This record gives sequence, C-alpha cells and structure tokens, in this order.
Amino acid sequence: MASETDTTAGIEDGVRRRDFINIAAVSFAGVGAAAVVLPLVNQMNPSADVLALSSTEIDISAIQSGQAIKTSWRKQPVFVRNLTPVEIAEAKKVPLGDLRDPQTIDERTKPGKENWLITLGVCTHLGCVPLGAAEGENRGDFGGYFCPCHGSHYDTAARIRKGPAPKNLVVPPYEFNSDTVVTIG
Amino acid sequence: MSFPWAKNYEPQQPLMKWLDEKLPLPRLVYNAIGAGYPVPRNLNYFWNFGVLAGVALVIQIVTGIVLAMHYAANAGVAFNSVEHIMRDVNAGWFIRYAHMNGASMFFIVVYLHIFRGLYYGSYKAPREMVWLLGVVIFLLMMATAFMGYVLPWGQMSFWGAQVITGFFSAIPVVGDPIRVWLLGGFAPDNAALNRFFSLHYLLPFVIAGVIILHIWALHIPGSSNPTGIEVKDEQDTVPFHPYYTAKDGFGVGVFLLIFVALTFFSPNLLGHPDNYIQANPLSTPAHIVPEWYFWPFYAILRAFTFNFLWIDAKLWGVIAMFAAIALLFFLPWLDSSPVKSSNYRPLYRIFFWILMADIVLLAVCGMKPAEQPWVIFSQIGAAYYFAHFLIILPIVSRIERPLPMPNSITEAVLAKHADTSSAATA
Repeated sequence: MASETDTTAGIEDGVRRRDFINIAAVSFAGVGAAAVVLPLVNQMNPSADVLALSSTEIDISAIQSGQAIKTSWRKQPVFVRNLTPVEIAEAKKVPLGDLRDPQTIDERTKPGKENWLITLGVCTHLGCVPLGAAEGENRGDFGGYFCPCHGSHYDTAARIRKGPAPKNLVVPPYEFNSDTVVTIG
Repeated sequence: MSFPWAKNYEPQQPLMKWLDEKLPLPRLVYNAIGAGYPVPRNLNYFWNFGVLAGVALVIQIVTGIVLAMHYAANAGVAFNSVEHIMRDVNAGWFIRYAHMNGASMFFIVVYLHIFRGLYYGSYKAPREMVWLLGVVIFLLMMATAFMGYVLPWGQMSFWGAQVITGFFSAIPVVGDPIRVWLLGGFAPDNAALNRFFSLHYLLPFVIAGVIILHIWALHIPGSSNPTGIEVKDEQDTVPFHPYYTAKDGFGVGVFLLIFVALTFFSPNLLGHPDNYIQANPLSTPAHIVPEWYFWPFYAILRAFTFNFLWIDAKLWGVIAMFAAIALLFFLPWLDSSPVKSSNYRPLYRIFFWILMADIVLLAVCGMKPAEQPWVIFSQIGAAYYFAHFLIILPIVSRIERPLPMPNSITEAVLAKHADTSSAATA
C-alpha cells in the first residue's frame, strides 16, 4: 500500500523515482568522466623540466653601446641591446599616438638602465626571429628590428611600427643582479 | 543498399557459406566494391580519384609504419634519425622518399577529387553527407600532413610548427595559453615533437574510419555521374565489378607511374632544401614557405595586412584561412540550383573555371615572399574566393537557365554514341 501511494504521489508532481535514479546515475558518471578528462588535458601543459628552465642569468658586461646579443630563455630567443643615446632619443621623439601598441621607452626598460633594452626575439605576428640583433643585419625602416617572414618593422625601443604584427616585442620579466648581470624570468 | 536490382551475394563453396552465416564480411565487400554495387554506366576518368585517394592512404600508412620503426621522436636525435633512415637503413631512402612524395600524390588526387565534386555538383542532395564527410577528411589530412612535416626536425619543420601554432595565439585573451598548452612549452621542442608524432601516427586511422563513413553515405543514394541525372532503372547502371574495378585499375596504373617517376627521378622537387638543415630555434630561414598543398590557404592568411573594424590583421588572417575551408561545409546550401552537372550549367561552368584560376593565383601568391605585387594579388584572389561562394554562386544558381537535359543516363549515353558514330560516317 505504501509503495502504491508513493507511485501516485510521484506521478502527481511529474517526477518518478526512476527519473531521479537516472539523473543521479548519469550525473555521477558525468562528474567521473570530467575528473578523468582533467589529467588528460593537463598533461599537455609544459612539464616540470620545461618550467625549470624558467630563469636564465646573463652577463651583459661585454656588450658595447650600439651592440646587441642573442641569448635564450625558456627555449625562446632573447635580444639584449645596449642602446646608444641617439637611439634612445629617437625612441623618445615618437608621439605615442603614432604607435600601434603605445608604450614609452621608460615603460620598456628599468629606471636608470634605459640603455638596456631586453626583449624576446619572437615576432608578435607568427613567431619568427626578427633580424637586427647581429652586426650587419637588416634593422628595418625604424632602426630596430625587422622580421623577414611577413615584413614587420620594429623601432629602436622594439615597438611595432609597420607590418602585420599586432604588438611590440615582449619585454620578459627580469632583474638586474648587479650592473653587469641580469636574471631573466 | 542502393538499388533493388543489385546482385545478391550467393556463396558457392561450403566454406564461404559457413563464413557468410557467421560473419558476412565477404558479403559486405561484395555489396560495397563488388558486383553487388550498381554504378552509373557513364562515369568518366574523373571518377577514379576516390579510389586513387584510398590507394594513396594505404601507401602512406604502409610506408609510415615502416618509417616509425627507424625514426626517433626526440628533438635531440630526430634529425639524425631521419639521416640514418636515408643513409644506413636498408632501402630506407626509398621508403622515406615514397612517404614524402606519397603525401603530395595524396593531395593531388584529393584536390582533383574535390574539383570533380565542384564541377559535377556531387555535393548536392541527396549526397550532402558524402560531401560533409569529405571536408572532414580533408581537414584531417591537412592536420596529419602538417604534423608529419614537423617530424624530421629540420629548419622548415621547426619554423612551420612555430608559425602554425602561432595561429592560435591570434585568439584574443586565451590565445597564448592555448598555444603553450598545444606545444607543451614556450616554443616548439621535445614535448611538441613527441605529441605531433603520436597524433601523426593516430590520425591516418581516424581518416580511414571517416572514409568508411564517406563510402557508407555514398552507397545510400549511389554514385553520381557526369550528367548529374539520377539513376532511373537497371539499364542506367553496370556492376562495380568488373566494370569499374577494371577502369580504376587502369587509373591506379597511371597514378603509380607518375608517383614512381616523382619518387625516383626528382624526390626533392616538391620539398625545400632548408629542411635538410637541423632545426635552429635562434635563426629563422629567410623565406618560410609551407608545402605546395597549403599555398592557397597560406596566401589567404597573409592577405590581411591591415587592421579592420576592431579585429587586428593577424586575427583576420587566421579567421579567413579557417573560413576558406569551413565555407565548404555550407556549399550544398549555397548552391540552390537543382541541376548538378556543369555540362548543363553554361553560366556556372564559366565561374567554376574562374575559381580554378583564382586558386592557382592564390597558390602562386602563397609560394612567393610577402612583397608587392604578390600581396595585392593575394588580396584580390582571397576576396574573389569568398565572393565566389558567398555572392556569385547563390546568384548564379537563381538566374541561370540550364541547357536542355536528357531524360536518363541511358539516353545521354546513346545520344553521345549516335553523335560519334554519325561523325565517323561523315
């Protein structure tokens, strides 16, 4: 008798015990499936040994004014450039309104060290290595870097000026340990 | 499946009878590609390319499995392991060159197969599902080919991987995290190489599965034909075997001749010398170019050199490139003309050939460096490509007056035969 009343009561409000069991079972299986997907997706992220390469120390004492070096951080090229006073002045002359990705040179260097321009050597278009870090390479129309893949020109503060790239060359996080040693990352 | 007059599988030997009762696999083959599948009697050689694509896939799987026995998917040794295959492994050079050029041959026959479908309206009802599955196969092929090209870990491999995964960084906000997730690092390296190898091995079998669906969907309405008129009765068809097994066999012979000529006489014709230089993450080759089968899409990617609306040039390029393929999914509904074959569509036929010329123009632009005049040509070519599908095709299919059509396939065949015989007598 009790079960009969249960059934009728259930039908009146439109929900049967079986519906509840179905929903509960499928939901529980769904949560389980989602919990399994999580590690399967997460294994694609950079592994611990890749992340362990996250900081690099570089000695910048040998870079003369006007020179640049190419080094690597997290397997990506990094440009360290010792800007000449003329190059700094040129970068300061440009009105921010003319820039696609407006940033001043002060925002892109450390206070008191504005001759040290440290950026990733990865074009923000599709990731080629721009030219201009080594002696004699094409520095583009604005005297900074030039990406030969799709023709992006960067200025002396490595800001995008012409071509398809949307952003300035990325300034990685870095610290000056001393006047001659920089830690990137 | 298909028509009521299809021949029935009747096993004669006791063993085959026994097998048919337990597992009707021979029956499945008989009905799919044997005498049990009636096919229009008027198919021309453009109907060979489906079978040829299947042959190309089998060649890729066989040579690929063999290469995987000698290749090492580790960024430190991958390049040298490919050289080891080329120099030390017995007949390794042959197997690798066959796999390399087999990919190009696969794309050649698939492009011809797609163009056949475009010309003869094979994508129209009742074969929309066949077309949709075909576009899925095409996408899977592109992914497989790209990942395979990365495996030798040469300069083009590395920078191709860098540029193509760079597409994902164009997505606003989540783009960079997605790219890092796909690569398993901040630049292509060992993690990326390993997962590309894993997927490059997997995807061909996924392609084989989708091909089974593609053929299954095809065999419900049956094959299309050059007149575009549906089969009406038994005299319109012949059994697949022996008629088309023989015709396809001839096509396979021609295909193999071209394939071995390419493999033996100029195996590097379609490749890039830069890929014989080991990957160097600190130096980009002066001129990055994808393999020839990606040129038209690469040209569309690079056609956007300016920001437009609130979207920047880079994202536009990526959207346009993916849209160029995604558009094909909508083709059965963009072309509303009930006439399938271009033989009876005087106006569409002209635009079909203009589209072919446009795709060739885009391919040339994709091969050239991103300089004038190629930038402007690729912009015109890309604009026309989209205009063809989104503007020209819907309008043409409404205003066009088709030519008079024969009543049946048989009538078309007999009329053609009468033409040629009277011409011969004259």
